[in-house]
Amino acid sequence: MSQPPTKEWQVERQIVDLSKERGNAKSQRLESQPYDRTRLIGEDLPMASDVQAAVPADVALSVRDLSVSLPEGMERAYAVENVSFDLKRGQILCIIGESGSGKSVTANAIMGLLPKAIRVSSGAVHLNGMNIVGLSPIKLRSLRGRVVSMIFQDPLSALNPLMTVGAQIEEVMAAHDVGTPKSRRSRAVDLLIEVGLPDPQLMYHQYPFRLSGGQRQRVMIAMALALEPAILIADEPTTALDVTTQAQILQLIRDIQRRKGMSVMFITHDFGVVAEIADYVVVMEKGHCVEQGTAEQVLKSPSHLYTRRLIAAVPRLTGKDRVALQPADRTSILKVECLAKTYRSGSSFFGRQRIVAAVNGVTFDLASGRTLGVVGESGSGKSSLGRLLIKLMDSDSGSILFEGRDIAALSEAEFRPLRPKIQMIFQDPFASLNPRSTVGQILTVGPVAHGMPYGEAAERARELLSHVGLDSGAFDRYPHEFSGGQRQRIGIARALMFKPKLLIADEAVSALDVSIQAQILKLLDQIQRETGVSMIFITHDLRVASQICDEIAVMHRGHIVERGPPSQIFLDPKSNYTRELVAAIPGEQPAQAPQHLANP
Amino acid sequence: MTAIAAHLPPTRWWHSRAVYRFMRHHLALVGIAMITLLVLACTIGPYALPYDSLHIDLRARFAPPLSGHHYFGTDPLGRDLAARLLMAGRVSLLVGFSAMLLSTLIGTLVGVTAGYRGGWIGAALMRVVDGFLSYPSIFLVLALAATLRPSPVMITVIIAVTSWMETARIVEAEVRSLREREFVQAARMVGLSRRHIMFREILPNAMGPIIVAASLAVARAILLEAYISFLGYGIQPPLPSWGNMLNGAQQYLASAPWLAIIPGAAITIAVTSFNFIGDGLRDALDVRNDHF
Repeated sequence: MSQPPTKEWQVERQIVDLSKERGNAKSQRLESQPYDRTRLIGEDLPMASDVQAAVPADVALSVRDLSVSLPEGMERAYAVENVSFDLKRGQILCIIGESGSGKSVTANAIMGLLPKAIRVSSGAVHLNGMNIVGLSPIKLRSLRGRVVSMIFQDPLSALNPLMTVGAQIEEVMAAHDVGTPKSRRSRAVDLLIEVGLPDPQLMYHQYPFRLSGGQRQRVMIAMALALEPAILIADEPTTALDVTTQAQILQLIRDIQRRKGMSVMFITHDFGVVAEIADYVVVMEKGHCVEQGTAEQVLKSPSHLYTRRLIAAVPRLTGKDRVALQPADRTSILKVECLAKTYRSGSSFFGRQRIVAAVNGVTFDLASGRTLGVVGESGSGKSSLGRLLIKLMDSDSGSILFEGRDIAALSEAEFRPLRPKIQMIFQDPFASLNPRSTVGQILTVGPVAHGMPYGEAAERARELLSHVGLDSGAFDRYPHEFSGGQRQRIGIARALMFKPKLLIADEAVSALDVSIQAQILKLLDQIQRETGVSMIFITHDLRVASQICDEIAVMHRGHIVERGPPSQIFLDPKSNYTRELVAAIPGEQPAQAPQHLANP
Repeated sequence: MTAIAAHLPPTRWWHSRAVYRFMRHHLALVGIAMITLLVLACTIGPYALPYDSLHIDLRARFAPPLSGHHYFGTDPLGRDLAARLLMAGRVSLLVGFSAMLLSTLIGTLVGVTAGYRGGWIGAALMRVVDGFLSYPSIFLVLALAATLRPSPVMITVIIAVTSWMETARIVEAEVRSLREREFVQAARMVGLSRRHIMFREILPNAMGPIIVAASLAVARAILLEAYISFLGYGIQPPLPSWGNMLNGAQQYLASAPWLAIIPGAAITIAVTSFNFIGDGLRDALDVRNDHF
C-alpha cells in the first residue's frame, strides 16, 4: 500500500509554506531548488529546525491530536484518538496504560511502523520540528535509526538469529551509509562496551542465542544507539526480563540517557518502572490520553479517576504478614521431601548431553488453609516444581506426601482418582482453555469423567461461574468470546469444580493487567477464606506474592534458598539472593523501610 | 465488579473470519460451484437424459457431439457418451470421496496416536509411514489391483491404503505441537483419559489441516482411480468410470477425439476444482492470511 501521491506533495508544500512565513528569500531558495527524492531527511534537519514554528526548541518530539483509525469491525473505531504530548529534550517520558490502551500503536505511529490496515487518520507528529505524518517510506526509513530508534519487548525475536551480534550492529550503520567497514567495526565494539557487555571482543562474534535475555536487550540497545539518535523509543523493554535484570536495564537506559542527553519515550504497563525512571508521565486508557504531567505530579497526586484506580491496583510490597484463617486448624496437607527433577536433552551417545537440575532437593510443607508463595526468576525451577506436584511430570527422586500418602511414586492410573483433590490454575488464560470447547464443556468434562452425572455437573458449573463473577450465560459460549481476566476466572472455576484440597496457581495473574490482577487476587483470597483450600502460589512477582501468601519460599537454581513469612522475606531477608531480589523490585520499597527511597 | 455480563448473541461458525476469508477466495468459490454442478449432474443427470448409459444403438456409432439427441456424441458401440460420462462420474466421484474418507480416517488415527503418545510408539508408527512413502505408490496400487479382484470397493480400499501417509504426517506434527499447550495439561489435570484427550480435546483443534489435506486427497484419489482404470486394472467395463472411458478411447484418438477429450475434461475439472477448494481452505484456515 503506497501513500497517495497528493499526500507527499502536501507535506512538501507544508514545509515550503511554513518557511514562506518566515521570509521570502528562504522560500525562493526552496522553490527554485528542485526536490530531490533520494535526499535523506537527516540532511534536511538544519532547515527543518528553522521551520519549526509551532514547536518550541526544547521539544524533541511533539505529538499533536494524533488519531489512528482501526479497520471496520474492530471493537472501536480508533486505536488512538486525539492524543497530544511533548517529549522534552533530555527527558524520559513514560507512556503507561493497560493492554489495548493504544500505547504501542502510538510508538509505532511515531516510527512509521504501523501495520497496513491501521493508519494515522489525523494529527501530527513533529520530530525535531518536522511533521512525519504522511512522509514517504523512503524519507521515513532514513529517519529510523538515525533520528529515532526503537527497542522492543522481546529481544530474542527482534534480533536476527543467523547474524552475529557485531554484524547486526554494523548493519544499522551500513544501512545508512555511515562510516567504513573498519570504523563501523570499532564503533560496534565501542557500543558493546558502552552497554556494559562483558568481554566485548568476544561478544562481537556471538550469536543471539548464546546470550541471556538481559544481554540480548543490551545488544538491542547498542543497535538502537549505533547512529546516536536524538530520540529513543522503548516499547516495554523490560517486561520479558527478570526483576534483577530489569533493574540493570533500567539503570543502563537512564545512564545512557543522561550521558548522551538523549530523549527517551518509554512505554510500560508497570507503575513501578514509571516511578524508577520517568520525568514525565502520560496515562492512556482505551486510546485516549486521560492524564499527563510530571512523574511527581501523576504518581503523588493523580487527578484522573482511572489513574487513581490504576495506581491503587498496583500490587504493593507489604511487609506485613497475612491474617491467617482458622488459626486452630494446622493439619499438614502436603509434605515435600528432597524432591528432584533433572532435565536431560541431547543424546548421551554423542556425548553432547545437557543436564539441568530444574528442581534439586526441595523440601517444604504446607498446612491446610494456608498459602505458600514460591517466587523466583525464570529458570529457577518454580514452574517445574508446580508441574511435579500435580504430576504433569514425573519426579526423579524424593517424595510428595499428600494427606499422608506418597503420590510421587504413583502411576498415572493410580493417581487419577486423586486428581480432583489437587487442581491447578494455569498462567496463560488464552492457551489453557480449549478453543473448540464451550465453557460449559470445559467445566463439566472433568467431573463427568470422574462419574458425576452431567446435570449435577452443569448445575455446579453455572453456580461456580456466577461465583467467580461471570454471567451464567457464559456456560454456552466459547473461550475466545472472553477477555483475559474473564478467561482466568473460567480457569479458576474449572479448578474449583471438584472442591479441591490443594490449588496450585502457576503465575496465575502474571499475564493480566494490574487492575484485573487485583480482582483475581481478591477472588482467590475470597475463595480460600470460603473453602479453606490450601494454595501454592507460584510467581515471579514478589509484590504479588506479598499480597496473598502466608509464607514465601524463594527459589534459585532449583533450590529453596530461603523460606519464611513475608515480613522476614521482604524486611529482613537472610540470604543474599533474596536481598538482591527484593532490592530489584522497581519503584518501591516496603513501607517499613522508607530510608531506601532516598538513594536510587 | 461481581457480574461481568456478556450480552452479545453467541457467535456462530459462519460469522468466523475463516468463512469470510474463504468467501473472498474466488478460485475456491469457482471450485465449489464446479463440484456442486458435477455432483448434481451425476446424481440427477442420468434420469434427465433421453438415453440410458447401456443402451446400444449400432446405427449411431461414432456420432460426433451435438448430433441429434446425443449431446456429447456416441462411443464405438453407439452408446450415448453424455449418459456414460455422468454414470462414470458417479463411480469416479464416489470412489474419490470414499477413498478420501477412508485414507483420512487411517491417517488421522495413526497421526493422533503417534503425535500424542510419542516415544517408541510414535517412532514405530512414523517409521511405518516412512515405509509406505518410500514405496512408489503407483506400483503398489497396480500390484495390488492386479492380484485382487477389481471392484469399486476394492479400488477405493487400495487407493486409501496407499494415500493415508500424508494425512498421518500432517496430523502427527499438528498434534505434537498441540499436546504441549496448556489446555491439554489442564485436561490431564482434571483427570481425563488418554483417549478422551486425544480425540475430544486435541483432534477438534487439528481439524483445519485435516480438512485441507482431505480436499486435496479427493483430487488425488480421483486421479489415481483414473490411472488404474486407464491401465485396465481398475473399474471394469461395462461399469463406466472416467478412467476406463479414456482407456476405451485410445484407439480412436484420431478418428473420434471427443471420446478422449470429454472424459479427460471431466477429470481435469474435478481435480482442479478440488485443488482450488483445498487452496482456499488452506488460506482460509491460516490466520496469518488475515489482512483484515
